[in-house]
Amino acid sequence: MNTSMYQSKAFKAYLCGFFLSLLLTLFAWFIVWRHVSSGHVVYSHLFIRISIVACAVIQMLIQFVFFLHLGREKKPRWNLHVLLAAIGVIIILVLGSIWIMDNLNYNMMNITPSQADSAF
Amino acid sequence: MTKISMLQNEIQKETETSLLGFWIYMMTDCIVFASLFAVFIVLRNNTAGGKAGSDLFSLSFILTETIILLTSSFTSGLALLAAQRSHLKQTVIWLCTTGLLGTSFLILELHEFTKFDHSGNSWRGSAFLSSYFTLVGTHGLHITIGLLWLFATLGYLYKKGLNEVSVRRITMFSIFWHFLDIVWIFIFSVVYLLGVI
Repeated sequence: MNTSMYQSKAFKAYLCGFFLSLLLTLFAWFIVWRHVSSGHVVYSHLFIRISIVACAVIQMLIQFVFFLHLGREKKPRWNLHVLLAAIGVIIILVLGSIWIMDNLNYNMMNITPSQADSAF
Repeated sequence: MTKISMLQNEIQKETETSLLGFWIYMMTDCIVFASLFAVFIVLRNNTAGGKAGSDLFSLSFILTETIILLTSSFTSGLALLAAQRSHLKQTVIWLCTTGLLGTSFLILELHEFTKFDHSGNSWRGSAFLSSYFTLVGTHGLHITIGLLWLFATLGYLYKKGLNEVSVRRITMFSIFWHFLDIVWIFIFSVVYLLGVI
């Protein structure tokens, strides 16, 4: 592939990534804005949480592909390998903390030690 | 193989190695941010009777910040493209745009921090505020370092022009900047959007 072809393709990728990111940002923001301005009536909290986190993850993937050009590098794809390992660590770290600490909160709040024991 | 092509080969290899090294550094940085996110998520409801996110955060303010940073991420990519096609003037223009947007983002963030601090919600206020200031402050610190790096790169471009080294620097900078925007997406979503509902 010659330079000018690469350039126009990469430019289109950046433009595409920018607009999709903008769209997802505005979409997530709009859901929350409608919820708040309606006095916390419109949309359930579960729906909002899922859609916001989904928007964030999709936007992350879009930026990986369109801004960081992941998946277009030469083999062996060390970049991708390291990234996947890091994502694994991050998922364990974040979800593990949420899981354990929520359980602790749940078991510690307004519960006497004997009640906590009998719960298991 | 002639001497020049051997030299070019060497530079190419060196660039690839340093880019991979920088990428690995970026991954460890992401893990730092992930642990700060974990702390924030765990402590987000521990407001110690003080103000919660829903009392403090402004939706329109946060959208402005987000769009500014997203645009600067886009323009840093355009700077890299201009550098790759050896167009010095456009490279400088897009880098300056990125720097301008980054600086305005930083000013907005500092404005928000001082506003919270003056209304009696400093990082000493509660576990929620401590973790909030640590997470968003660490991101702000990265933005500050990125901006210094950007200005140093502009100085290098002014002195030496576009060569393999400056293109490599701009590539690293744009990777750094894209990652800061990706981290910000999660701060925007988890800290602010989920904070106000």
